[in-house]
Amino acid sequence: MGKARPAARARPGANPFEVKVNRKKFPVLGHRARHDVGQPGASRARALRKRTQTLLKEYKERDKANVFTDRRLGEHSHGMSAEEKMACRFALERQRQHERKSIYNLNEDEELTHYGQSLADLEKHHAVTDSDDDGDDRGTLSAELTAAHFGGGGLPHRKSEDGEKAKSRRELIEELIAKSKQEKRERQAQREDALELTEKLDQDWRAIQTLLSHRRPKVAGGATEKPQPDAYDVTVRELGFEMKAQPSERLKTKEELAAEEQDRLQKLEAERARRMLGTGEDEGTEKAKHVSADDLGDSFVLDRDDRRLLSYKVSFRQLSGDDGEGNSELGEGDSEESGDPDSHSDLDSDAESEQSSEPGGDKPRQAGRRGPPGEAHPSWRAAGTELPYTFAAPETREELSSLLAGRAAEEQLAVLERIQKCNHPSLATGNKAKLEKLFGFLLEHVGDLATSDPPDLGAIDKLVAPLYQLCQMFPNSSSHSMRFVLRDAMHEMEEMVESKGRATFPGLDVLIYLKLTGLLFPTSDFRHPVVTPALLCMSQLLTKCLVLSLQDAVKGLFVCSMFLDFVSLSQRLIPELLNFLLGILYIAAPDKQGQGHVLVHPFRARGKNSELLLVSDDEDMATWQRQALSLRWAAGALKGQSASEANHTRLSCLAACVALVKRCVTMYSTLPASHHVTGPLRDLLALHLSRSGYPLELQALCQSALAEMDSQKQSYRPMVCERTRPQPPKLFTPRLVRVLECGRKQGRTKEEQERRRLIHKHRREFKGAVREIRKDNQFLARMQLAETLERDAERKRRVKQLLGSLATQEGEWKALKRRRAVKK
Amino acid sequence: MAEGAEGAEGAEGAGRRLGRLLEAVLASPGEANAVFDILAAEDPEAVQEAVRACSRLFGALLRRGELFVGPLPPEDAVLAGSGGATRKYRVWMRHRYHSCCGRLRELLDHRAPVGVLALETLMKFVRLEGAHPLQRPKWEGAYLFPHRLFRSVVDGLLSPEEDRSLLLARFREHLEHDDVRFHTMRAVTDALARVAGGHPEVPLAFWNNAFTLVSSVSLPSQAGHTPRFYVEHTDTSDKWKVVHLKEHRKAFQLMWLTFLRHKLPLSVCKKVLVILHDTVLPHLAQPSLMLDFLTGACDSGGAISLLALNGLFILIHKHNLEYPDFYRKLYGLLDPSIFHVKYRARFFHLADLFLSSSHLPAYLVAAFAKRLSRLALTAPPEAQLLVLPFICNLLRRHPACRALVHRPDGPELDSDPYNPLEEDPAHSRALESSLWELQALQRHYHPEVSKAASVVSQALSTAEVHVAPLLELTAFEMFERDLEKKGPEQVPLEFLPAQGLLGRQDSLCAQLFTLS
Repeated sequence: MGKARPAARARPGANPFEVKVNRKKFPVLGHRARHDVGQPGASRARALRKRTQTLLKEYKERDKANVFTDRRLGEHSHGMSAEEKMACRFALERQRQHERKSIYNLNEDEELTHYGQSLADLEKHHAVTDSDDDGDDRGTLSAELTAAHFGGGGLPHRKSEDGEKAKSRRELIEELIAKSKQEKRERQAQREDALELTEKLDQDWRAIQTLLSHRRPKVAGGATEKPQPDAYDVTVRELGFEMKAQPSERLKTKEELAAEEQDRLQKLEAERARRMLGTGEDEGTEKAKHVSADDLGDSFVLDRDDRRLLSYKVSFRQLSGDDGEGNSELGEGDSEESGDPDSHSDLDSDAESEQSSEPGGDKPRQAGRRGPPGEAHPSWRAAGTELPYTFAAPETREELSSLLAGRAAEEQLAVLERIQKCNHPSLATGNKAKLEKLFGFLLEHVGDLATSDPPDLGAIDKLVAPLYQLCQMFPNSSSHSMRFVLRDAMHEMEEMVESKGRATFPGLDVLIYLKLTGLLFPTSDFRHPVVTPALLCMSQLLTKCLVLSLQDAVKGLFVCSMFLDFVSLSQRLIPELLNFLLGILYIAAPDKQGQGHVLVHPFRARGKNSELLLVSDDEDMATWQRQALSLRWAAGALKGQSASEANHTRLSCLAACVALVKRCVTMYSTLPASHHVTGPLRDLLALHLSRSGYPLELQALCQSALAEMDSQKQSYRPMVCERTRPQPPKLFTPRLVRVLECGRKQGRTKEEQERRRLIHKHRREFKGAVREIRKDNQFLARMQLAETLERDAERKRRVKQLLGSLATQEGEWKALKRRRAVKK
Repeated sequence: MAEGAEGAEGAEGAGRRLGRLLEAVLASPGEANAVFDILAAEDPEAVQEAVRACSRLFGALLRRGELFVGPLPPEDAVLAGSGGATRKYRVWMRHRYHSCCGRLRELLDHRAPVGVLALETLMKFVRLEGAHPLQRPKWEGAYLFPHRLFRSVVDGLLSPEEDRSLLLARFREHLEHDDVRFHTMRAVTDALARVAGGHPEVPLAFWNNAFTLVSSVSLPSQAGHTPRFYVEHTDTSDKWKVVHLKEHRKAFQLMWLTFLRHKLPLSVCKKVLVILHDTVLPHLAQPSLMLDFLTGACDSGGAISLLALNGLFILIHKHNLEYPDFYRKLYGLLDPSIFHVKYRARFFHLADLFLSSSHLPAYLVAAFAKRLSRLALTAPPEAQLLVLPFICNLLRRHPACRALVHRPDGPELDSDPYNPLEEDPAHSRALESSLWELQALQRHYHPEVSKAASVVSQALSTAEVHVAPLLELTAFEMFERDLEKKGPEQVPLEFLPAQGLLGRQDSLCAQLFTLS
């Protein structure tokens, strides 16, 4: 290897006598031999040449201040041949002459110049030289451009150079052509299909035409009597009329729409189920693009998705009204439409929710679609005659409360709607933040409404829709404010537990917040940034808070039903809930002492609250009618109740509790330990059932829950671990350590090594520079010596010459003198 | 009684007057009658001044040795009898000293500044009296300590009426001295023995005071250090009991046994059990004497028995105690309330310790695992995060118990063979069962719990999970952790639009509740 290199390195035509080989004693593995062969003669000659060209030149011009610059046109551009240069100069010359205003004005020739350039033409000249400098590539098309557009045709030498490339390009273009052709064919086929279909439709139409028009037979009958053209005209006109009555594009039938809606829901449901299982934590998949109901299926796609979705007034109203159901009371037809799952509005609003991830992108469309409020909502126009049309987004919560205060629910909705519209994120940059804040304010406003006495539940009910809408627009900030609210509630409870050792049920606002969480976010996710804390919060409510009054029981039952609603899809187990229901059943049960019911934390087996829900008055039991529990009771509306009303409330609580138990039983029937999960409840239910004098309805409820429990067949299959792939035995691979360099450079940190390397390099460069400078000096000295020698020689020659001429003169003079003397 | 008239003069005037009187008394024995005036102060400010004056007066007298030494004859007899005037003066003055001590002892009942001052003064007298004893030594180099005075101080501290924690905290500083500690232990023992005999119903305050005092006595861990004396002695002797740690231990043990012999209130009992294993048991001469108390506590049930386990375990572990029902008792303690009591962390720490031996029989461990997993069905999430790794650790330690989670060819059963009502783990048939409860908990609503429960469905890894960081976990911390957790980039949203507050028609809230 070491021997092969000199042969490779030495130039082919080098004189073997000028090649110097630095022979090594022995080859070392891993050493790079850089200086194994050299050509000292050649390199010395090269250095000398270079010095002569540079250093010597400088030396010779050392005392000269003037510089000769060649400013002739095109002198320095290498791309021009001599003829081209000449032509350019000639053209410039002619141009100058041509520009002369008058041939008689001789003064014009004397141009003022600066640095040899005409002041007058300075600009022009620049332009000219510019155009000259890059004239060759400005005038013609660039090579790349040509290649891309025309395949670089007409340049055969290039093709031969990179034939490979050209070939692939050709393929590309062939593909392109083929594709466009295919598209064309497809389009044609589609058009033909469409034509066919139209024809078919026409035929069909003709077939059923008779059925549709009642006059037809009569007309047909009359046609025989009337002249032919009249009948034809009539038919044509009739046809035209009838056709116009039909929609030009067929509306989808209810079934189709339902199927589509189902598809969409299935897709969303699949996504939800994936999150529920918590398998893939990352959200990588892009959501399916929304396909409009009027999609022609011709795969025509605009670059920008700025089309308006087809919508009708009715659904239109409902679209912004599923925000607020306020108009359902005003418009007669709305109530059934809002319940209609097949209307387009759902589609629209969901399309919006799907795409709300890019807030800027689709908002203009949305804004445009909504239109001005008065136009789209005649009902609201009536409601909001005195409302201003624009609202500034509230900066503080007080501002919002003052905006909403004293208005009816519909007006409040209108106000919120207008705030959203006036501050739409697409209108100004700061609007997004404003609306994001609006969600937080609205949430606090809802909390205020819930804590007020009596709570304005109707208004809260209406405000859910704008909250949902805002949440769909800004998921992240809304989730943030929701978490903030929940954290506040938990903090309060924690403080109470720490100071008093126990907690009481919080106000209605916390319950409303939890409920809103369930409405705004998917509750079935395995882990969700808002819902998981909310679940823990509810669990805390059920475990830490003591049930001291009927009101607490109502609150607790509300939390329970919320909790069960949360897990209704995911069917997850909630031990706290079962404990709580057990406790409620216990405090409602008679003579339970000494039966060994195991109760857990917030409930005690005995104590003053252990018979809180027990009803012993038979008359009240007889007069009881089952009714839904009112949320107002949770807010303290129970205070003024009479004894029998309180008893009725107790029975209602019990009924709700049994209903919840039943739901639990059905939900957990598939659990492997369901008997143990619901077992304690069974005993207490049986105890309730055994009691005489209970209202029939309640008895039936208990009975059905018990029957549900008994009907479950439990099978105990022994547990088996999942089979895992056997672990391969550990392989002992050698530990590889990277050796950078052998010797003393090893074993330092990376930075240190880098520093060393730089120092070394610097030293080498420094030495090289010193050597160069020394050689320069030697060169210069040599030159100076040569100069001196030359000068001396010259002087000697001159002196010699002078002396010679003098001697000749002298000799001549002497000779003359001698001749004169001889003459004398 | 001139003091009463001059009370309005203010504390400063009283102080100055007392100072004058004090100078006079100290200067000449002839002015001794002024002592009465000093002792008769009423006003709190004046009382403080008077106490200080007394402290200086009798301090000086004790140092000078101007008090009568030896068994004290009755005052009247001496005064009437024919003795030297000096002897009469000394006897009289000694009587004044005693009445002063009695008054100071009463002052201990006062509120903070006066009571503390009285205590400090009494302790000063104790020190001075110890240095200049008022009784004659029986033999040369005998150890003399003012027992009577000190005992009255301790009795004052153990008031049955009110909480003396402030004074006790002050007194605690003196307990660093060997002699004070020794005599405190003895005095407390006497006081406790007397209390048991005297009152039928001892108030709670007394027990609290007694516990505070008893628990603040801490013995040095090993002998051989130079004893620190509160009373200054010119030379110490090896024959004194106070010097030996062994005697201290005896006294310590006696004190604790006397204390624990009584039927203590529950709160005190809990407090005792909390510190017992750490500060008491190591210092006892014969720790096994605690067995009675511990078994009694263990049988009483609830949190008390839970706390007693620790002491019992130490006795079993370190002192070779035979207690066959230990694990049965522990098993009996497992009921749903353990997840909610205050001592949950302690209990699970101990249970982890008790069950850490790999020599326990498999049926026992299986019974524990099964019982715990049954209980986990009612536990709050923070407790589940503790108990699930705990169960997994049990299964890891005892490979024989893995049948609970992995029984590949077992027959399908009609019911769970485990009998939860059986008190004896040996007969609970837990080994024939499986941990279906954990399977149920795999569907728990909280993701962490669900993950923790899912561990058993894979083959268990060999490394145990440390439960120590989970012991103190609270739901609030879990909540905070969930809030902090980094979620997906885009928060998933509900896709079905909300229809009113109560939600859709088929939801439970809408069925069971109305807004009106």
